[in-house]
Amino acid sequence: MGGWLAWLVLLASLALPGQPALAEYGDVVLNRRSEKEGMRPVIFSHWFHRIRFQCKVCHQELGFKMRVGSNDVRMADIINGKFCGMCHNGDVAWGPDRCDLCHSGKRGLPTGIYGGHETSGPGRW
Amino acid sequence: MAVLAAILFSGNVAAAGSWQPLQNDDLHDPASPAIGLLQQPAEALSKLPPDTTGNLVRWVEALEKGHIEPRSNIFPETKINLLDKDILMNLKGGTPIVRFPHRAHTLWLDCANCHDHLFKAQTGGNKLSMMQILQGEQCGVCHGAVAFPLTECNRCHSVPRPGIAKPSATPR
Repeated sequence: MGGWLAWLVLLASLALPGQPALAEYGDVVLNRRSEKEGMRPVIFSHWFHRIRFQCKVCHQELGFKMRVGSNDVRMADIINGKFCGMCHNGDVAWGPDRCDLCHSGKRGLPTGIYGGHETSGPGRW
Repeated sequence: MAVLAAILFSGNVAAAGSWQPLQNDDLHDPASPAIGLLQQPAEALSKLPPDTTGNLVRWVEALEKGHIEPRSNIFPETKINLLDKDILMNLKGGTPIVRFPHRAHTLWLDCANCHDHLFKAQTGGNKLSMMQILQGEQCGVCHGAVAFPLTECNRCHSVPRPGIAKPSATPR
């Protein structure tokens, strides 16, 4: 009986809405190279970008694959106008000289997608 | 009844509109010079149609009603593909039938984002599995990560099966 109840509580706690998820849903940490090269990890916020651009702009026109870690983006590419650099060029959005605006994450964060309110996104199961 | 309604209503109000400031979100470094320059989620998201999950925003509604006007392309020559065609899936299963609206999806996405590497462009030609979806494959590439999460069963399983009662816990 006790075991049954524990399972129920566990399942309920997983399913309860409104648990405090600190990161915003869809936030991405990019830290394949940042910290090794002495910078903070990059925090990419889907919520901020989708207010301004439809998904297809980055995931079709700019060629970002829809899987965290599958895009090998280097600063040289960005400076040359590829990937983020298509907009982050000082014209549409701030340019690559504003390092700290993107490299704004806590040190030690692994690359991944964060902020799941309930399901925590792909990879949890 | 009125008391119940009041409780439900207050619950909805409490659920809407709680976004962590960037400096407290456990991702941003509070000491980063970006804090104070970057837009705060609450400032942007509190003005959009409220939801109870994800970013607490009804993103499709926000776009359809013109609360936001996200750009559809950067390159002038890019063709914008919109398709207004519903696909019914899971016709023989036990859960309510899935209505997949191409329209809501192509408002955000291009055909090539899903076809054909995730789904064949052929009705009935795809074997979908909730286990796959929960592992971040198929629909789960987006749903559970950036689009409404997989706890919202009835938003996809939305068409009642003839002769079977509609499930009770139905988020709009």
